[in-house]
Amino acid sequence: MGLDIRWPIGLMFTLLGVLLAIDGAVVQSDHAISLGININLIWGLVLLVFGVLMLLGAIAGGKKNPPVP
Amino acid sequence: MQAIQLQWIDYTILIAYVAFVIGIGWTLARYMKTSSDFLTSARSIPTWVTGLAFISANLGALELVGMAACGAKYGIATAHFYWVGAIPAMIFLAVFMMPFYYGSKARSVPEYLKMRFDERVRALNSVAFAVMTIFASGVSMNALAKLLNQLLGWNYSAALLICSGVVLLYVLKGGLTSAIYTEVLQFFMIVLGFAPVVYLGLKDVGGWHSMNLSLQSVAHDVGAAKGADYAANAWTSAWQPILAGPAHNPMGVDWFAIVFGLGFVLSFGYWCTNFLVVQRAMAAKNMNAARNTPLVAAVPKMFFPILVILPGMIAAALTTLPSKEYRIPPPVISQENYAKAVSLVQTARADDSAAGVKAVGDALGKKIDAGKITALIAANAANKMTDEQIKKELYNDITEFDYDGVILSLVKKYCPPGLMGLALTALLASFMSGMAGNVTAFNTVFTYDLYQAYFAKGKSDEHYFWMGKAITVVGIGLSIAAAYFASMYNNAMDIIQLVFGFVNAPLFATFLLGMFWKRTTGTGAFLGLFGGIAGSTVFHALTIAHGNLPGVKGGYLGVRWEFPSEMAQNFWLAAFAFTVCFTLTLVISLATKSQKTDADLKGLVYSLTPKIVDNNIPFYQRPAVVGIVLLIVCVILNFMFF
Repeated sequence: MGLDIRWPIGLMFTLLGVLLAIDGAVVQSDHAISLGININLIWGLVLLVFGVLMLLGAIAGGKKNPPVP
Repeated sequence: MQAIQLQWIDYTILIAYVAFVIGIGWTLARYMKTSSDFLTSARSIPTWVTGLAFISANLGALELVGMAACGAKYGIATAHFYWVGAIPAMIFLAVFMMPFYYGSKARSVPEYLKMRFDERVRALNSVAFAVMTIFASGVSMNALAKLLNQLLGWNYSAALLICSGVVLLYVLKGGLTSAIYTEVLQFFMIVLGFAPVVYLGLKDVGGWHSMNLSLQSVAHDVGAAKGADYAANAWTSAWQPILAGPAHNPMGVDWFAIVFGLGFVLSFGYWCTNFLVVQRAMAAKNMNAARNTPLVAAVPKMFFPILVILPGMIAAALTTLPSKEYRIPPPVISQENYAKAVSLVQTARADDSAAGVKAVGDALGKKIDAGKITALIAANAANKMTDEQIKKELYNDITEFDYDGVILSLVKKYCPPGLMGLALTALLASFMSGMAGNVTAFNTVFTYDLYQAYFAKGKSDEHYFWMGKAITVVGIGLSIAAAYFASMYNNAMDIIQLVFGFVNAPLFATFLLGMFWKRTTGTGAFLGLFGGIAGSTVFHALTIAHGNLPGVKGGYLGVRWEFPSEMAQNFWLAAFAFTVCFTLTLVISLATKSQKTDADLKGLVYSLTPKIVDNNIPFYQRPAVVGIVLLIVCVILNFMFF
């Protein structure tokens, strides 16, 4: 079916990852609730890496099977 | 559960998710040209996508909430729902049953039944299935709307209508493909949304080993409270407490009920015959992809206990550590009732605390620890406390538990804004995709197995395409009605689940005989199914679980047998229904003449279908090989946590 699902997954998690990481790095300063860990920054970066990997997969897949117009 | 305040970042994450799912529907809309595109994805989707959708269609929000609850209540034995109650059946579906479903070119499970038996069996199965999908999606939407109402203070009806509206938008645009794609998105949302909560929770209880030590005191405390003799490992070993007998494990079940009732009848009945999950595999692009779908799904399924059961065990362990100030959440109590109770504590007289305690209990409407409330009244009289402090004490003094609130209580305990939005969006996503999954299974069965079969034969494809879309709207409308129905009657959920059980339990016997014994006749299958449903109804009417009163929970025609727990009653009911259906189908088939010739049954019955030769695919992609490897890993897991 025309749309490669890796595009929306990759785009969404890249976006959410950037959002969370910025929030963790800039906005949040009190980490008492998450046991002293800056979980938003760490987890934001995890989401970002996952999202980028999905996007790379989508690009590679698109080159292998060019979409049918 | 006390209300949660969401920040802008949480709302941003929620809105981003909704925008993406609607975007997926919109993008797919231009590929929807025939009824087959819309209702069956024209059999075009790659394996890893159908595999993740297969598992995701099952990982509804109710499962997420319910498994964490069971983890807290029963410990690691809950994993039997995965390692015994899912993996073997998924492998069986892939290796033995998928060739008939996919190879017969049937578009749905009821259609396969029509090809194999006759119209009667199809009609019975498709009507029962259509009704069940509507109620299942209604029950799930009711739970979602209630949650949003209690947690975020949204209006119940608004929450219900908005969420249904989003589902309607993307399913109507992109059909089954939309639902499957969204399920894959939801799969990653759930894994990535809940993993950090599990990590933080496990770190907080001091790691796996410390958690197990704490769970030993849980086994001791709960055993003492119930007067039961639980060994120290009742929460931390999967098999030993079960083998010790129903009196020695919190589930109250024995090994036979687990292996035969859950592992064989219920599990194979669900995974191998429920069109909701089988439909995902039938959308795969070729036979090998279809057969590998349940196998791809089995890999994450095997490890899901880490994500869904472990949080429950963490919660149970936390209750034994006073410094963590955690309790299993009490049932939801409205803010007004809390306020009333707080003012009663403030006005109660310390010298007549008995009256005060009773009034507080009435205001809260739940069972309370009278001793602690007396102490609270005295403490407040001696030294004025703030409203917030009193409310916190009251929260801790309620002696009823709402295990379904466990997972959210952990999210609330550990998640800062942002991560909170991610976890809540994951939960919301699984509620919505649960509805989408049910609605897409419903519209296919309705359009092909009821409408095309009985009301409008031989119309053009455009007609059925239009009908598929129209019935999607109707299906969502009916789901909303079912949600209101479930919200109005307290017992509605119990009754609906009960009827599901009656209808589903015998079904696998019909498929097993139909697929592997060519002599099975349509009359045998039809009457056997009816007998199985009737059998389970009678069984339920004559049995009851220990501690329940005769009524909705069974025993209304007199109690002939008592089980140690509801779970044991369910497992034995399934085993009984299966046996009745199997025996009846067998005997009636032998007594009646088959209407189908061997040629008719080619591709539908095991002995009359040429074996699939897998020589052209590498050995590590052959379903039988992958299935055996998965089975071995599953056995190892069982032994690791024996």
